[in-house]
Amino acid sequence: MENRPLEYDYTVTKMFMFMTIVLGIVGMLIGVILAFQLAYPGVNTILGEGLAEYTNFSRLRPLHTDSVAFGFTLSGIFAAWFYIGQRVLKVSMAESKFLMFIGKLMFWLYAVGVVAIVVSLFMGITTSKEYAEFEWPIDIAIVIIWVLFGISIFGLIGIRREKSLYISVWYFIAGFLGVAMLYLFNNMEVPTYFASGGVGSIMHSVSMYSGTNDALVQWWYGHNAVAFVFTVPIVAMIYYFLPKESGQAIYSYKLSLLSFWGLMFVYLWAGGHHLIYSTVPDWVQTMGSIFSVILILPSWGSAINMLLTMKGEWQQVASSPLIKFMVLGSTFYMFSTLEGPIQAIKSVNAIAHFTDWIVGHVHDGTLGWVGFMIMAALYHMAPRVFKRELYSKSLMATQFWIQTLGVVLYFTSMWIAGITQGMMWRAHDEFGNLAYSFIDTVTVLHPYYTIRAVGGLLYLVGFIMFAYNIYKTMSARPVEEYELQNASPMGA
Amino acid sequence: MSIAELQAYGYVGAMVVLVFISYGYAYHLYTKKKDASGKDYEEYSNMALRDDITDTPVSARSEHKKK
Ligand code: HEM
Ligand code: HEM
Repeated sequence: MENRPLEYDYTVTKMFMFMTIVLGIVGMLIGVILAFQLAYPGVNTILGEGLAEYTNFSRLRPLHTDSVAFGFTLSGIFAAWFYIGQRVLKVSMAESKFLMFIGKLMFWLYAVGVVAIVVSLFMGITTSKEYAEFEWPIDIAIVIIWVLFGISIFGLIGIRREKSLYISVWYFIAGFLGVAMLYLFNNMEVPTYFASGGVGSIMHSVSMYSGTNDALVQWWYGHNAVAFVFTVPIVAMIYYFLPKESGQAIYSYKLSLLSFWGLMFVYLWAGGHHLIYSTVPDWVQTMGSIFSVILILPSWGSAINMLLTMKGEWQQVASSPLIKFMVLGSTFYMFSTLEGPIQAIKSVNAIAHFTDWIVGHVHDGTLGWVGFMIMAALYHMAPRVFKRELYSKSLMATQFWIQTLGVVLYFTSMWIAGITQGMMWRAHDEFGNLAYSFIDTVTVLHPYYTIRAVGGLLYLVGFIMFAYNIYKTMSARPVEEYELQNASPMGA
Repeated sequence: MSIAELQAYGYVGAMVVLVFISYGYAYHLYTKKKDASGKDYEEYSNMALRDDITDTPVSARSEHKKK
């Protein structure tokens, strides 16, 4: 033991990689079921009337959103932190028994939290706030997990060898602080039992805000959950994994610093775009719109920086499926951060709001950007944590094309569906009578819902191929340290 | 002046200040090119590229402490 050279310790990374894959499969499977339910309502009672309570759309939907966002995505972020954090700070987890303990504790508490969430949501216990459905006992557990995450970040920074913090570390810190602040404020709640003077349930709770205030806090939270879960930590990942895998220095480190501060400043003000034409003050809506449009700049600042990092190295994109994932990921990031601001313009939102176009926007961001980046991160980490080559390059390439097709089918069908829906809802005759009833739209949308379900299924199939590839990597050809410098070693 | 007007003026004022700060920061980065410790900002990319535990840090912490 004494004479062994110091090495990075990836125990906690491995645990979270495992969690990412499991929760990814669960969350996306539920997503596919939801998509088929929307196209074929019979799927709601697929296990019979008796179990319909557990299989219907409304019970499953929060399970989908929470398992992909706070399960798949967060685990991926944690895995990446425990990997990137050590490397760019040049300090090993093995050097601190304390941090190792905290990391493992965090994982196990998180696992318990996952079980509690799955069970309670299946039972229908929910606060009914989107992305914040968990009841108060779980909220308390989440706060503890988050504090442990904070200790892991700042603890590692505390014992680092590298004095400066790499740009990814800035993004991780921002993600940590952002979620901490938002989560606390949005989940201020009192158990109904106390709020009602002893009548209500002890397990349920009521929010401390109501009406318009509740909406304001909810979407300040909801939008920034997008910011600090689906964007900031994912940007942290690409700033590390793309340069590392391609062996190219970031095109402009200065631009990365500028985009960071731009993003931090602008994002927090854009949440109003979820509440356009609602009961919140008009200036909040206008501010939300304006900041959404400005948000293009820092978002594209990072994305273009990544694409330019590949300048003169495009043959790598052609030859490596792993780089393909990342380059397409940042392209989808540009895409959804252009689409979002367009939807945030008041007159556009009047058509887009409540329609499937929003769902399309959500999934070109999450499938094309978040999903691709997390899978790329795991592909890059796997050979290094297992010290083996990636099992199959051709399997990875096939997966890439299947999933890309899946994403394209998903968002194009939702665009058409959404805009059709928006136009039909508002169409009226010369006397102001609505031209269509709701069921008319449902009939028209059926084919697009089917296409979306097929697209989603393709994505899920690709994800299972990914899981298999990683699983086989664990027993693939062992590799030497020097093979792991940049491009990941891959078997045929 | 009503509270709403105050808010509006305060908001515009805050925007102007923050825009100045961010453009000032951009100007600073691109004219100075190096940070206070005399390192070119672009060198920091190497924190990702040379990140083995045995690699020399871009700016080691112990080195800094000695000063
Ligand atoms: C410049 C960046 C962005 C802007 C300005 C923006 C803007 C918007 C707008 C206007 C809506 C629709 C609100 C409504 O009418 O209901 C929306 C919804 C949404 N966006 Fe974005 N978006 C951006 C980037 C992203 C990215 C990168 C992702 C994910 C990876 C994302 C995920 C979501 C989600 C999940 C919702 C749905 C929220 C809900 O209703 O449940 N957005 N966004
Ligand atoms: C296998 C692929 C997937 C399929 C088929 C799928 C399907 C669906 C469906 C049918 C809905 C409900 C839409 C509605 O209520 O009209 C939904 C909502 C949502 N999904 Fe997915 N999903 C998939 C993957 C993902 C992933 C990987 C993420 C995030 C990382 C994600 C995030 C979300 C979010 C945030 C919402 C809520 C959107 C909103 O409220 O506007 N999904 N998904």
